[in-house]
Amino acid sequence: MKTTIEREIDTPIECEAPNLQRSQETGLALLKYMVVGVFFGIILVKSEVISWFRIQEMFRLQSFFMYGVIGSAVVVGMISILLIKKFNIKTISGEKIKIQDKEFRKGQIIGGFIFGLGWALTGACPGPLFAQIGTGFTVVAVTLVSALAGTWVYGKFADKLPN
Amino acid sequence: MGNIIDWISQPWPWYIAGPLLGLTVPALLLLGNKSFGISSSLRHVCAACVPAKIPFFSYNWRKEAWNLYFVGGVFLGGIIAGFFFSNPDAVVVAESTQADLAALGISQYNNLLPSEIFSWENVFSMKGLVFFVFGGFLVGFGTRYAGGCTSGHAIMGISNLQWPSVVATIFFMLGGFAMTHLFLPSLMKLAGF
Repeated sequence: MKTTIEREIDTPIECEAPNLQRSQETGLALLKYMVVGVFFGIILVKSEVISWFRIQEMFRLQSFFMYGVIGSAVVVGMISILLIKKFNIKTISGEKIKIQDKEFRKGQIIGGFIFGLGWALTGACPGPLFAQIGTGFTVVAVTLVSALAGTWVYGKFADKLPN
Repeated sequence: MGNIIDWISQPWPWYIAGPLLGLTVPALLLLGNKSFGISSSLRHVCAACVPAKIPFFSYNWRKEAWNLYFVGGVFLGGIIAGFFFSNPDAVVVAESTQADLAALGISQYNNLLPSEIFSWENVFSMKGLVFFVFGGFLVGFGTRYAGGCTSGHAIMGISNLQWPSVVATIFFMLGGFAMTHLFLPSLMKLAGF
């Protein structure tokens, strides 16, 4: 029974940002991603990116702040990827770096708009949700559970929605 | 020009925070060929806990477990920043934002989120229903439908020059503008503000 399940899940519907590393990582090796997450979380809080007020300010076009954060993050990300490609920089375990292309689907328009509505209400994208809970707004756990429900409902009806 | 003075007085300015956040992209790639993206974690949790034989959740989520470690780290980072390096001063947003929000009934700036909305006593009220239940659902449903969120599309996707991610980011912003300017006033009234 177990083998049938394993076989089924070995041929998955590919997720959008699949793990492209060939060698497997378990246990302690995964902790390095947690360390990156810790830094990411601290920066989110200290720059007030997780603030509902900052998101309101952004959508009201009343400050450059959030545009500066996202814009400069994109510039640094872009330069990093250019350098990685140009100098063929490998991962720490020596693998060639691969990035899955994003395929265009109608979901990026419809789903994107729906997410935007929620972003302005909750003042959070998925990353900040976790950081908001961490800073002591434990009630945001309710938002997170609801976001999980939203993801599940999408998954349930994914093949019936325009895409 | 007032905005410039606004952001200079912030705890961490955008030109420090933004580039540091951007470094997540090469960090994850170099550590193990991982594409930055956070909303996928919600899908992995669904796949791990309530797959219900739905094809969309029938994949090897264990292979993507790094993403769950990452968001666990974001949560820990929130704890560290919130309890050890927390800013004692009130959040200072643009005066025009303060005026707009005051008109909607929001005036508590002593924390990163307004306590008028984000408190446990609101969970079983219209406020909780609108901001937590409805808002959270839109975030989870929308990001998965769009195939990513601000991290996966706006930062990772655009960094990798993916035009579908530019489209997604434009519609994230349009959705946010629509909520803020068209629907928020009536939703707040509905929530009892």
